[in-house]
Parts: sequence; structure tokens; C-alpha cells
Amino acid sequence: MEKTPHPDIPEIWRWLSEVPDPEIPVISLTDLGIIREVAWREDTLVVTVTPTYSGCPATTIINLDIEKALRDRGIEKLRLERRLSPPWTTDWLTEEGREKLRAYGIAPPIDGTNADGRLAGRVSRLMNGSNLTIACPRCGSAATEKISQFGSTPCKASYRCTDCLEPFDYFKCI
Amino acid sequence: MADAAPAVDQAAFSEWLQRMGDNCLILGHRVSEWCGHSPALEEDIALANQALDLIGQCQFWLGLAAEVEGKGRTADQLAYLRDAGAFRNVLLVERPNGDFGQTLMRQFLFDAFHHELLRALKSSSDPRVAEIAAKAEKEVAYHLERSADLVIRLGDGSEESRDRMEKALKALFPYSGELFTDDAVDQAMAAAGVAPLPSSLKPAWDRTVSEILAEATLAHPGEVYQHKGGKRGVHSEYLGYILAEMQFLQRAYPGATW
Ligand SMILES: [Zn+2]
Repeated sequence: MEKTPHPDIPEIWRWLSEVPDPEIPVISLTDLGIIREVAWREDTLVVTVTPTYSGCPATTIINLDIEKALRDRGIEKLRLERRLSPPWTTDWLTEEGREKLRAYGIAPPIDGTNADGRLAGRVSRLMNGSNLTIACPRCGSAATEKISQFGSTPCKASYRCTDCLEPFDYFKCI
Repeated sequence: MADAAPAVDQAAFSEWLQRMGDNCLILGHRVSEWCGHSPALEEDIALANQALDLIGQCQFWLGLAAEVEGKGRTADQLAYLRDAGAFRNVLLVERPNGDFGQTLMRQFLFDAFHHELLRALKSSSDPRVAEIAAKAEKEVAYHLERSADLVIRLGDGSEESRDRMEKALKALFPYSGELFTDDAVDQAMAAAGVAPLPSSLKPAWDRTVSEILAEATLAHPGEVYQHKGGKRGVHSEYLGYILAEMQFLQRAYPGATW
């Protein structure tokens, strides 16, 4: 009996690019940059995933969603592996993902806005305000202010636009 | 990579990893007690997010502790089935939440230490330790940014907020010294290049704390008596109450999952 050939790797990446992030369903898991590797090892498909934040409650759901999407496509032998290093960074968000976020009302991350851990610099920034502008994803205004560095999910901060007065989420840099 | 065991006593290594995990677990649990009770919605969300970060980091540390221990236990078993005497967290993290100011001051004193420690651990001789630290450090940078910011705002704030922050500092500072004590486990870790000696982190912590307290117009408490014991399993009465709540489900329904 002839063995069915494995689906090829680019095809599997395409399938994964259709799996939405459970908390921000407008972007996919591949947009988020958390799928690090897809490879066949003998008969088993190994998908390597990195967590966004250590305690992100969506991690379990993400693994279930990956498993379901691939099983639905007929993949039977499947293993998910966790990889911590290098740690996930918002630099891995795709350009397409950033545009989808903006269209959805979430300001995409801007380089240089992460907590850098250097206290002197941080304190002066807290006192003087950041020189980096997070534009309002609704009206585009640069007149915005931070409400809290922690938002509705671990990956977001809360901001408010002082022009259109709408609060919005900022996908914070990490 | 997973087998890169350092040339270090594995029992001491597991003990050290439990200290790392237990600090995250107990502080994470304490912070989660605020969920639904914070003075403002944004603060409620921020505290819940930090609790999540800490519990997530705890899973990594205790998972590795269990692996190194090699007795077939899991991170969950370590978290839910050990009694108070087997917990290795410092006394600071089990202090009660008190008011919001006390919670934030405890967080700041710990974050300043935690961040410095994680930065050093990124170059640990054990790659498993280094990769957990690299991940956690990015999260803890946000914790420190927030707690430092709020200590400044509340210390240099209204008469009442300042008064509360002064009281919080006075109550909690005597629990900060334990973070920097070195014992045989720490010395073994330092000798193997796994972790820095806690005492070596003190100068950087002192600088951070002095800088932020000055900014907050709060007087530095200076040299005061320091309580110790948590690192070797001698805890305050508070830990028992935390465990009673945290472990109830697994004790009442062993092996329960959802
Ligand atoms: Zn706007």
C-alpha cells in the first residue's frame, strides 16, 4: 500500500496562519510570531511554540487551537514543543499583523517604548513624559496619554486619546 | 540543552530553584488577592496581570526544580502539596497586603531586587536558568517601572498618601534584608556560576531604592533590624493562611484538573 505523503511545510504554515489568536482574534498565531518552527521528525509533525508572557492564560488555548487546526487537516501524529529562548518579542509581529491591529483599534507596538530596566532613564522619562508618540488608532491623533502600562491582556497597555476622547489599547513593546 | 546539568550539587540546585519559584508563587498569590478589590479598575487589571506574570514564572522555576530534584514530582505538586516548612520564599513576599500603599511598597522593594537578580541570571552557567531569566526579566522590567512610578506618585502625593507610604516603608523595610543574605546553597550556586551571591546584588538595589525614595520624598529607613527565616523554611504565621486558601482544592480533591 502506498504511503500518503506528508503535507509540505509551507502548506502547514499556511494552515497555521489561519488560526486566530484567542484573545485578539483579528491577528493570527503566525502574525503574532509565536510559532517558531514547523518540522517533520519521521512521521511526527513537531510545532514549536514560544509563549508571549510567562503567565499568559491564552497559552493553553493556543496549543489546543493549533492541535485542532492541524488534526482537522488530517495530521495524526503531532507534537507541540515549548521553546523559551530567545524570548518572544513584539519585534516578531508581522507587518500585516500590525496593520490588522491598527484597523481593529489597537495601536501596534513602537520600538523603544519598552521598560528598559535602566532606572535613571526611566525615572526621567516618567517625569518628563515619553518622547515617543503612540498615535490614536481611531483618529490618528498624536495627542494621547498612558492610563496604565497594564491593559486588558498581559500584552497590552491602556491609553487614551485627548482629541477624540476614546480610550484604546496599545500593544506594548517587550 | 535540557541535559546541561551544571557541576553543582543537584539537591542544592533544586533548593535554590524552589526559592526562585516560591518567591514568585507567594507574591503572585498575594497580589492576586487584590483582584476585584483595587482602588481603581486600571490598578485592579495591572495587579492581576503582574500576578499572572509571577505565577507563570513560578511554573518555569518550579518545573525546573522538580526536574532537577528527580523524584518524579511536578511543579503543581510542589506548589500545592508542600507544607509551610518546605516553602523557601523570603518573609517579605508573605507580608499581608495591608492597604494599597503597603502592597505597592512591598512590590517595589521586591521588584528592585528581582529585576537585578534576573539580569544577572541571564548569564547563568545553566542555560535553562538563563532562558527563564531572559524571559522573566522583560516582564519584571514593567513591574519595576510601575511600582517605582507609583511609590513616587504616592510618596510625593497628598498628605494622606504620603503618610501611608511612610508607614508602609517603615513596616516593610525590616523584611528587605533577607533578600541579600548568603547561605551554603547560595555559595554553591555562585561557585558553579549558576547564580550571583545575593549579597552582590545589594549595592545596585540600594542605589535604586535610595533614588526612588528620594524622588518620592520618603526618608530612607537606614540600618534597621532585619527579620529572616523564610529562605530556610521558618515562616511567619501568614504563610499558613495563604497555603490554606491556595492549596485547598488540591488537598480536598487530590489530582483535580480542569
Ligand atoms: Zn483619537
